[in-house]
Amino acid sequence: MTTYLLRRMLSTVPLVVGVSIIVFGILQAMPGGPLAVYLDNPYITGKDLALLRHQLGLDQPLYIQYIRWFESYMSGRWGVSYASGEPVGRLIAGRAPATVLLMGASFMVAAVFAITAGVYSAVRQYSLFDYSVTLFSFLGISVPVFWLGLMLQLLLAVNLGWLPVAGFGAADNSMDVLRHLIMPTIVLSLFIAGRWSRFTRAGVLEVLSQDYVRTARAKGLSERTVIFRHALRTSLTPVVTIMALDLAGLFSGAVVTETVFAWPGMGSLLIQSISNVDYPTLLAILMLSSFAVILSNLLVDVLYGILDPRIVYR
Amino acid sequence: MPRKSSLYRDTWRRFARDRLAIGGLIILLTLGLAAGSAPLLARFAPNQVDLRKLDAAPSRAHWFGTDDLGRDEFSRALYAGRVSLSIGVLSAAVAAVAGTTVGSSAGYYGGGVDSVLMRATDVVLSIPPLPLVIVLSAIAKPSPLILILIIAGIGWMGTARLVRSAFLTIREGEYVEAARAMGCSNLRIILRHALPNSLGPVIVAATLAVGNAIITESVLSFLGVGVQPPTASWGNMLQHAESTMATNPWLSIFPGLFILLSALSVNALGDGLRDALDVRMKE
Repeated sequence: MTTYLLRRMLSTVPLVVGVSIIVFGILQAMPGGPLAVYLDNPYITGKDLALLRHQLGLDQPLYIQYIRWFESYMSGRWGVSYASGEPVGRLIAGRAPATVLLMGASFMVAAVFAITAGVYSAVRQYSLFDYSVTLFSFLGISVPVFWLGLMLQLLLAVNLGWLPVAGFGAADNSMDVLRHLIMPTIVLSLFIAGRWSRFTRAGVLEVLSQDYVRTARAKGLSERTVIFRHALRTSLTPVVTIMALDLAGLFSGAVVTETVFAWPGMGSLLIQSISNVDYPTLLAILMLSSFAVILSNLLVDVLYGILDPRIVYR
Repeated sequence: MPRKSSLYRDTWRRFARDRLAIGGLIILLTLGLAAGSAPLLARFAPNQVDLRKLDAAPSRAHWFGTDDLGRDEFSRALYAGRVSLSIGVLSAAVAAVAGTTVGSSAGYYGGGVDSVLMRATDVVLSIPPLPLVIVLSAIAKPSPLILILIIAGIGWMGTARLVRSAFLTIREGEYVEAARAMGCSNLRIILRHALPNSLGPVIVAATLAVGNAIITESVLSFLGVGVQPPTASWGNMLQHAESTMATNPWLSIFPGLFILLSALSVNALGDGLRDALDVRMKE
């Protein structure tokens, strides 16, 4: 187990390096490169730029620049936001809670919904319920997230006036935040629940045709016991894995959802940084979210081994 | 009673029984035809401004209404369809070619080539896709061609993995060994022997990728980093509509319905193709 853990952890090293090379490449490809912020400043002459370039080591070979950049990144020096002058780390830390709240709420709603719908549509295969779930999951996969958000705003906020159109609400009033959270959560969980319910359905269907399920039925166990005690445990393991692996997709969805609902998280920060041409913030969000994905994949692998006793560590 | 049966005939028979997939195909062809013949169907030029008809609700003259510049929404939606659908199809095609190239090289050669290519695939898979394309298109200020390349850049990994695993089995096949014994070059074996045998997964992955690409394009254009106005795409029509959503709801309803309809029918089509082409599901 320990060697497995160690090996699995080592295998994330090339991923971290790979992601950082891509992000560094983007930094190099940006118009103006790392000194872009000074290019429009009338008080900085070409001579100053050359001096800066030398002082900051930007005249060094690219691989040395990369190593130094990577080092400082890993020790938490992510630079200063071009837009607000704040350190990028503090800026992101201020935005992260809202994103975690939105993603956490959506994850839970989607998981409960997808597992319930998936299990029942597998148990009652080819019933009306099953067809509705299939249709629904197709809709969930195909609907553009931002448009769904706009339509909900139009219906629930503008026309019916039940919910606030957008925003976070007063941070010290949890009921107010909750009311603001409802629509973004519906949108983001629908976006992901369609996929998950299909996986659940397929997983349960596969398990239901296994020998040990037939044995359990032959023993005279009630259908309820067969499904909940025997089938569900095994069939949910791969589903849980897929849920965790979809974190990258969930974050992508959150970026759009936050933008539509003016939710003050990392996603809307990303979009703001684009209109502000705030490269340090952009790159830090890209790096951090990728690292989060790599980390969660690692956790899933470990968790998977604990959940499924058939997996043997080598 | 012997019936003529071939791989394609069998596939088509299974596919034709799938009503959802056939429905998707029909809707998709209709949308494509309508967008393709936009100059014939549209009664107004897509960017024709009419100051006497600002913000008009849907009527017989303007089926989908007009926007705040008096442009006919129906005509714009048709022309936007050309842009959105072709970006979707082309970027899925580019992604399929790239993914097949990577996957077949990795699977066929194995060893070091395989590990390098697959680690690279894992790296791209680790970056949340939408933020990556948003950042890329923000710095590239994209023309449609660059947009296609960027969207394809996040869509090739699935195909690469599928093709690789197909190739891992195929390269052990006796017919591949026979071809090698006859002195075929590696490239010829890949192109003539191995690739045709792994075409099923490629077709399915490419079809499903079209749906994703259409949605990605619409998101990018909605955020203002995709197709640039005045060229209409369904995504940037929605961006334009957002500010006047409360007073002119029709502007935000129709373009979104088109995106939904095309993504939905592509996905239904891809799902049907998967069932029809999947060897394991053969009767």
